[in-house]
Amino acid sequence: MKKYLKKLNFKVRLKSKHLLVIMTLLCLTFIITTFASGVTGVPFQNGAAMMIVPFEKSISKFGKWIENISDRMQEKKDLIAERDSLLAQIDSLTEQNNRLILDQEELARLQQMYKLDNEYYEYPKVAARIISKDPGNWYNTFMINKGSDDGIRIDNNVLAGKGLIGIVTDVGPSWALVRSIIDDSSNVSAMTVSTNDNCMVQGDLELINEGKLSFYQLYDIDNKVAIGERIVTSSISEKFVEGLFVGYVSEIGLDTNNLTKCGTIVTPVDFQHLRDVLVITVNKQDQIGK
Amino acid sequence: MRSKLVLAVTILATILLQSTLVPQIAIGSIKPNLIVIFCISMGLMRGRKAGLWTGFFTGLFMDFFYGSVFGVYALIYMYVGYLSGYACMVLYDDDIKVPLFLAGAGDLFYNVAVYVLLFLLRGRLGVSTYLFRIIIPEMFYTLLLTFPVYRIYYFINYRLMTMQRKESESVWVLK
Repeated sequence: MKKYLKKLNFKVRLKSKHLLVIMTLLCLTFIITTFASGVTGVPFQNGAAMMIVPFEKSISKFGKWIENISDRMQEKKDLIAERDSLLAQIDSLTEQNNRLILDQEELARLQQMYKLDNEYYEYPKVAARIISKDPGNWYNTFMINKGSDDGIRIDNNVLAGKGLIGIVTDVGPSWALVRSIIDDSSNVSAMTVSTNDNCMVQGDLELINEGKLSFYQLYDIDNKVAIGERIVTSSISEKFVEGLFVGYVSEIGLDTNNLTKCGTIVTPVDFQHLRDVLVITVNKQDQIGK
Repeated sequence: MRSKLVLAVTILATILLQSTLVPQIAIGSIKPNLIVIFCISMGLMRGRKAGLWTGFFTGLFMDFFYGSVFGVYALIYMYVGYLSGYACMVLYDDDIKVPLFLAGAGDLFYNVAVYVLLFLLRGRLGVSTYLFRIIIPEMFYTLLLTFPVYRIYYFINYRLMTMQRKESESVWVLK
């Protein structure tokens, strides 16, 4: 018996350069398969994520704990002063709020009169926390701590603060990967608010430092779009729900074809210090189905 | 066996640190590259094959989570590890200057490869911007990080892993 086992237990000895060639071919096969069939390593990904995501979550929790401690160190005086100013603010805001409630009721009434669809502005959202970021400097993706168990699906739009920040590209049971709109490989179909002209908003690594995006193919023959124009996601986008705020036009010029315009957009979101995000759990495709 | 286990744990730890802790110490949104340091350390201390496997598996994990095209990072890191393995048994691995040089060269190689494979092929031609905005700052920050991090890997290699160096691992040594 032992003899047979010994026979079975042979070892393959490869020279390292042969090993290199074999592994290179393997990698190239991976690359070509991804390109040719669009197959991603999702099953493997889930397995690997089971090992890594819990660690990332706890590290992120630890970071928050430390943050809390340093917060507690803040001077009491500061807090009291802050409270006083906040109390004053509450008064003014309450007054403002009362007025807004009146306006809101009026708006609802008018919308009912026009039979406007209210649902565009009230997408169901899930709050999530960023637990890790792309380890390199070339891309801008990050991982959040909610996944398919919380109703997040691929192509969900992600918001933070004042505007759109990205789209879910991969999802597991308890995590999801988000590609931000400033990523170099991101494209968003958008439109101007005042004239409803469509354009493409593209992330550009060369502009990331300034917190800007570039846009192109804006058809604006009458020169109505000016600097400061608001850009939102367009109604014809396949992946982004309509009306999410992208940013303000900061520069504008002619495309190389001399027909359409291109330029840069300033985003209202601080992409370097993102922590909490909101995920819209409705996809554009669901609405088309309705 | 024990070495393999330690190597696996170190790979996991390095990836976790790179994706959670390193973004916290980013300067001007430039993150140093811990993984390159890891690959060249293993290549330098344990030879070409070890460097190759280390690079391949760390790269594969990167591909799983953050890669846009599956297999690219695995390929690049594999070559970083493999090429630094040529220094094994030839240059002293207890002298910090050697890993410093390798980390610089490795990071440059990695970034140029990423640029060529993932950006140039998409028609992004602004080489100088990328060079001064990303490649060179990242290289310097990585060099800076090599000082403390290499010592940790050095400790892990000599205290926790069993040595199994072979003369045949090095092409330069006379046989």
